[in-house]
Amino acid sequence: MYKILEKEVLSENVVKLILDNPVIAKSRKAGQFVIVKIGEKGERIPLTIADADPKNGTITLIVQKVGVSSHKLCTMNPGDLVTDLVGPLGKATEIEKVGTVIAAGGGVGIAPLYPIAKAFKEAGNRLIVVLAARNKDLIILEKEMRVFADEIVVMTDDGSYGKKGLVTAGMEEVINREKVDLAVTIGPAIMMKFVALLTQKYNIHTIASLNTIMVDGTGMCGACRISVGGQTKFVCVDGPEFDAHKVDFDEMLKRLNAYKQDEEAAYKQYLESLN
Amino acid sequence: MPVDYNELKKDRDAEWREELRKKVSAKDRSSQERIKMPERPPQVRNKDFFEVPEGFSEEQAVVEASRCLDCPTPTCISGCPVNINIPGFIKEIERREFLQAAKVLKRTNALPAVCGRVCPQESQCESKCIYNRMKKRPVAIGALERFSADYERKTGNISIPELAKNNNIKVAIVGSGPAGLTVAGEMAKLGYDVTVFEALHEFGGVLVYGIPEFRLPKEIVRTEINSLERMGVKMVKNFIVGRTSTFEELKNQGYRAFFIASGAGLPTFMKIPGENLINIYSSNEYLTRVNLMKAFRFPEYDTPIVKGKNVAVIGGGNTAMDSVRTAKRLGAERAMIVYRRSESEMPARIEEIHHAKEEGIEFLNLNNPLEYIGDANGRVKQMKVQKMGLGEPDESGRRRPQPIPGSEYLIDVDTVVVGIGTSPNPLIPAALPQLEVTKWKTVVVNEKTMQTSIPEMFAGGDIVRGGATVILAMGDGKIAAENMHLFIQENK
Repeated sequence: MYKILEKEVLSENVVKLILDNPVIAKSRKAGQFVIVKIGEKGERIPLTIADADPKNGTITLIVQKVGVSSHKLCTMNPGDLVTDLVGPLGKATEIEKVGTVIAAGGGVGIAPLYPIAKAFKEAGNRLIVVLAARNKDLIILEKEMRVFADEIVVMTDDGSYGKKGLVTAGMEEVINREKVDLAVTIGPAIMMKFVALLTQKYNIHTIASLNTIMVDGTGMCGACRISVGGQTKFVCVDGPEFDAHKVDFDEMLKRLNAYKQDEEAAYKQYLESLN
Repeated sequence: MPVDYNELKKDRDAEWREELRKKVSAKDRSSQERIKMPERPPQVRNKDFFEVPEGFSEEQAVVEASRCLDCPTPTCISGCPVNINIPGFIKEIERREFLQAAKVLKRTNALPAVCGRVCPQESQCESKCIYNRMKKRPVAIGALERFSADYERKTGNISIPELAKNNNIKVAIVGSGPAGLTVAGEMAKLGYDVTVFEALHEFGGVLVYGIPEFRLPKEIVRTEINSLERMGVKMVKNFIVGRTSTFEELKNQGYRAFFIASGAGLPTFMKIPGENLINIYSSNEYLTRVNLMKAFRFPEYDTPIVKGKNVAVIGGGNTAMDSVRTAKRLGAERAMIVYRRSESEMPARIEEIHHAKEEGIEFLNLNNPLEYIGDANGRVKQMKVQKMGLGEPDESGRRRPQPIPGSEYLIDVDTVVVGIGTSPNPLIPAALPQLEVTKWKTVVVNEKTMQTSIPEMFAGGDIVRGGATVILAMGDGKIAAENMHLFIQENK
């Protein structure tokens, strides 16, 4: 069992949790994830480690309510225990000094982007962060990113904060203005697809970190498989980061919907059971 | 493993054994028909996940045990990868010392209730029974093993083997499947301070995520693990050696030797068009969702699974049989095996094929999938298969399947499970670049010692064999433990 030490509500459906786990806090690297399971009957869900504090032995997870499992996690409080937590899983991000890096995050994808962006800055790159969400309330970690980013561009769908428009509009403005050597993107699959299309046009190498359906997360089941450059790859062990220009996002988008109906029904039933 | 016949002779020469042998003539013993274990009716059991065979009654066990001739040179033992004293435990059953029978089993086998259920006895111990040469059916060794272990468990009088004095030397076992549990038990008996590290949230490896409840109830696995804990073995879950902590960190914590038994890894797919469509699973995923995550009880349990009406399972091994019988239990109207060879080449146990047929599984043998066709949402709706003929034997000694041109046809399916094998788990080799592996990514070991290219590391089970049986993994564990012990004693 793993204790929740702190909790912060970042937006209506997004919370930040700090958990006690000294071994993972010490061994994890930017880009890696953990598998979390709540309760004996819970499912195993992958969550990227947003941050870690090896001195205090804690890791940070940022979670959005999207279904039964994430809802349970989001409504837990300091002192509560998470049943199972294992990691770090996946390959760490290859951090290099390449010049100028755009880190483009959408919605809750900003959370896993945070440690990667920070690592690229620490490696000596010029770092421009583009944060995008539906509205102002859903922009998270802006303050934390400002600490190290050379520039932050905020985009909202409704124009309630920053500029009105999609993440790609914010990126394109930067690309038109200065030479960009690398793009890193994390967000909804559909967003990453359009980021990939944009950077392909400008021939900018782009890394996307993918969050597919997983069961064991340790390279055993193949639930997370995707096509990259025509070959089947396993996100849990070959990824989670891939060359965004080679990922078949359309296939991934379909696979993400595999259980959508069942899960929505179960979520509705669960919410009703709470009332 | 060579059989120590001198040791066996001592047991056989016991007074009670001699008396027992004299009590019934060999002729009477051999004229008794082999007793069939009762099974639940196919049309009942194929709708639930409870166990199929019901086990022997005490009377049935005693009668079956009396068939054993207690041979002076028991050839059956040479067919057992862990060298169980087979006549030794069977004769205890015959004289109704059922708890004692379990003790004899546990001297060499840490998991008798498991082996009694999932070992392919027909190709191991039972195939070496003297009765085969007499054109009679062999003694039901597997069923008797299961009886002894179950009897002990039901009485609650579960014995643990005698342990040597604690030597405070730490050893780490990576993976809690059959190989890992065997080494844990053996090393604990020798007095070591044993820790088993498991990546998943439950102990047992393939015994809990892979083998279905209807073949191996999980309660049995838990009992076996509980016995290990009573022997002082520390069990740590949610811990991936090489990731959560590195091997180096564990060495610094005092671990002197390691046994790597991290098991099967990435599923093999056929690399044919449409294989990434939704509702196409690997057997590993399908079985893990059902067995480990209890997806058949969704939404009570949070993990979902597609309960298909027309399910095709690709492959002819035990994993494919487990998958197709699971599909039937999830409510499939058609649950089909699609296999490119014929039934006589199937690697699955005969008993499993037989059970599958009884339960209404269709066998589309000599059929090979070519392509999957999806609907607008990316869900599989059809598969294109080609009929096959059999040619000359290939390198596996089985007749090679050959496509029959123009024989392609379509089958309507809404779920497909690909059960054609796995490659070894990639996490450990990735964490140990100096560890020697084959081109199939299995770990290279000295077969006599199970030692890897790193002296303090031993390995066994699927990470070495690529895909085998529970008992072969346990056999690896026996050899590895013996040699790990030698290694530590020599390097004190």
